[in-house]
Amino acid sequence: MRRWTAVAWGAAGILAVAVAWELYKFLGPADGFVVGAIAGETGSGVMLLPRTHDRAMPHLWDMVARLFESTSGGDTPPLIVSVASAALLTLGIAAVGWLIGVAVGMLLGLAMQRWRLVEWGLLPWIVVSQTVPLIAFAPVVNVIGNQIDRGGFPWPQWVSVAVIASYLAFFPVAIGALKGLGSPDRIHLDLMRSYAAGYRSTLLRLRLPAAVPYLLPALRLAAANAVVGAVVAEVSIGMRGGIGRMLIQLAGQGSSDPAAPWGPTFGSIALGLVAAGSVALVGLGLRRYRRGEATA
Amino acid sequence: MTLRHSREAAYSGQAGLPTWVRFAAPVVVGILLIALWVLVVDVLKIAPRMVPGPAAIGTELALRIGIIRDDMLITGANAFIGLLAGALLGIVLAGFAAAARPIDGMFAPLVAALAVVPIVALTPILNTMFGASSQFGRQAVAAIAAFIPVYINVLRGLRQTRPVHRDLLRASGATGWQTFRKLTLPTALPYLLTGVRIAASLAVISALVAEYFGGPADGIGTAIATYAKSGRAALAWAYVAGAIAIGLLFFLVTSLLERLVTRRSPV
Amino acid sequence: MTAIDTATTTPTIPAVKASGVGKTFPTKGGDVVALTGVELEVAAGEFVSLIGPSGCGKSTLLRLIADLDEASTGILEIFGKPARKARLDQDYGIAFQQSGLLPWRSVGANIALPLELHGVSAADRSARVSELAELVGLTDFVDRYPDQLSGGMQQRVAIARALAEHPRLLLMDEPFGALDEMTREYLQSELARIAAETGAAVVFVTHSIPEAVFLSDRVVVMSPRPGRITDVIETGLGTNRAEALRESPEYFAKVTEVREALHGAPVERANER
Repeated sequence: MRRWTAVAWGAAGILAVAVAWELYKFLGPADGFVVGAIAGETGSGVMLLPRTHDRAMPHLWDMVARLFESTSGGDTPPLIVSVASAALLTLGIAAVGWLIGVAVGMLLGLAMQRWRLVEWGLLPWIVVSQTVPLIAFAPVVNVIGNQIDRGGFPWPQWVSVAVIASYLAFFPVAIGALKGLGSPDRIHLDLMRSYAAGYRSTLLRLRLPAAVPYLLPALRLAAANAVVGAVVAEVSIGMRGGIGRMLIQLAGQGSSDPAAPWGPTFGSIALGLVAAGSVALVGLGLRRYRRGEATA
Repeated sequence: MTLRHSREAAYSGQAGLPTWVRFAAPVVVGILLIALWVLVVDVLKIAPRMVPGPAAIGTELALRIGIIRDDMLITGANAFIGLLAGALLGIVLAGFAAAARPIDGMFAPLVAALAVVPIVALTPILNTMFGASSQFGRQAVAAIAAFIPVYINVLRGLRQTRPVHRDLLRASGATGWQTFRKLTLPTALPYLLTGVRIAASLAVISALVAEYFGGPADGIGTAIATYAKSGRAALAWAYVAGAIAIGLLFFLVTSLLERLVTRRSPV
Repeated sequence: MTAIDTATTTPTIPAVKASGVGKTFPTKGGDVVALTGVELEVAAGEFVSLIGPSGCGKSTLLRLIADLDEASTGILEIFGKPARKARLDQDYGIAFQQSGLLPWRSVGANIALPLELHGVSAADRSARVSELAELVGLTDFVDRYPDQLSGGMQQRVAIARALAEHPRLLLMDEPFGALDEMTREYLQSELARIAAETGAAVVFVTHSIPEAVFLSDRVVVMSPRPGRITDVIETGLGTNRAEALRESPEYFAKVTEVREALHGAPVERANER
């Protein structure tokens, strides 16, 4: 019952956004509202309100209708099909990046939890690694990948994309694992010690199950990050076939076909939701290990 | 009581590591990484051509500091405006959501969705709405990215008042405004600052990454992409260093603010 | 307790034998002596309570016996072996103030945890679990999860878990400390029965005088700063610990004796908190 109310409110929220869009489009100034513009100079001043003409803000129904028209005229498949296949490709690459990131993050978390010295030595760098926009060197990763490829070791472009995605994905997992593996109460650790249990059995029977409530949000965040990483990497590297590239391409034709870029935009939104949703399914399977959250 | 403390002390000392190691360890790791870098690139010369040594990057950085600084300012300003706007929006909306359940119910799924969606994907569309020559698209993306953690944390903070404190103020006959001033606000403040700290990094990354998605041809991200493609590795890396500097600056300032506020009101 | 019958084939080794045991914790403000000069012998099958105000080192002593911490001085033997060896050999079972059940394991799986860790086969495990569940009266709850049980039931699961491997020594650190008085008295009777049935020696930490007297053959009175034993009182209440005992004059007499021993402890502010 409560779940349905939540769904109803959520639907109301989405509806409210849609209504706001159309309402603003109806009421707002066609060429936007600019302060401090210099006459005759395009792009000067600060635009406070967006332009509302159909090229800048297409109607919602035009966006939806466009999804079912052919992608780029002629015999090309409907936009929605192209978007779906591009999104699936990106999802696959993001999944690879996610897996790499989760593996690396788990290893780091395990090592940091096991040896305090490793934690002290690495943790500050791991935190810093995420506060600095190292995704900036995505283009550099691509060029390095190409060099490796030319050097004889096969390195297709998508691997670079996956590596960049994994770079964004590993961080929450490493932090979540470190916190979660260290979360068992003193009393549980004492108990395992009294059973003369070694590191391995303590890890398997106590630390890992206790880490589940910490790992699940971390894995979800890692999935969202992997998707962002994959989309951004595609764009900055210029890889073809994925949703990021499609977004840029269709945005380039935006002035003649304003509803088209909304297709891949919706596609990437769906992509993020599907990725996070899949991880939520994993969480459903591990429900038993989340009992501790209720009782604490 | 003293016994419990002493036992904990005994446990933390169990690893047998003195406190100074805690500060020395990351420094040592950093030095080792740089040494490894120099070894691979400059001594053994086995690194790919796109990976220059630290010296080459430093030279380039010193040589082109002027243009790098200009681009840093553009990206940094975008991130800052985005952070400010996103944080304000987050505070206001979280205030509404805390005050009225229906608003919370409407925002909850939207924010949850926004949190997992690649927001940079909105850049091209924002650029069309506001014009491709405007920085607004980038600022808006940074603002949306910054909005999420601020909203989530402030909302959590506003709900964090303890029943015993509420009862105390109620028993002392405090008005609603007094309760807000004396209890709700101080309780929520550390949460706000935590949100801002997380948002700061996101704003920088988003502002930078948005540059890959079109808009004016300036900013750190655009420069990195350009020079990486044209093979000027050291210069591209010098720009990456600039990006790191912006990220660190945002992180350090917001962390400092967070620490100041948390110290004053221990929760 | 009783004189050793020469006809018995095995000479009785004490369950716990502490001589000159002390524990010092290093802190920033210098060393803190938590325990000093402890001389204690617990015979096999004997029920001994450690009682005293906070900071008297009673829990510390229990942790030393369990080899959760190591003694700084003195010799500590469990069934004639060093504490560490006894822990590795699983000579004791332990229960704490919190039940310490793993929330993701059912009651049965929690009881079976030590058996699982020591490679007992699944069939033997389930047989032992139903035995123990019956012993603590939780047969109908084996498939429930800890969050579905009351505090008293959780504590009974913890006791069953402590008994899983037929330990000859049971260590309990204020196991009923967090329970309400009625549950507490009920579980005390249950524990007295279980201890008698299993024949295990028990070292029981508590800060409740009636609890210590009701359960124990001997009550060890301790006092803080530095933690040490100041008195040992034999209850002499025999093996029958029925509810009626709580009303009997000899029980009251012993409660008074322990109370006087506690308060007479020559330490200022011994009962702060």
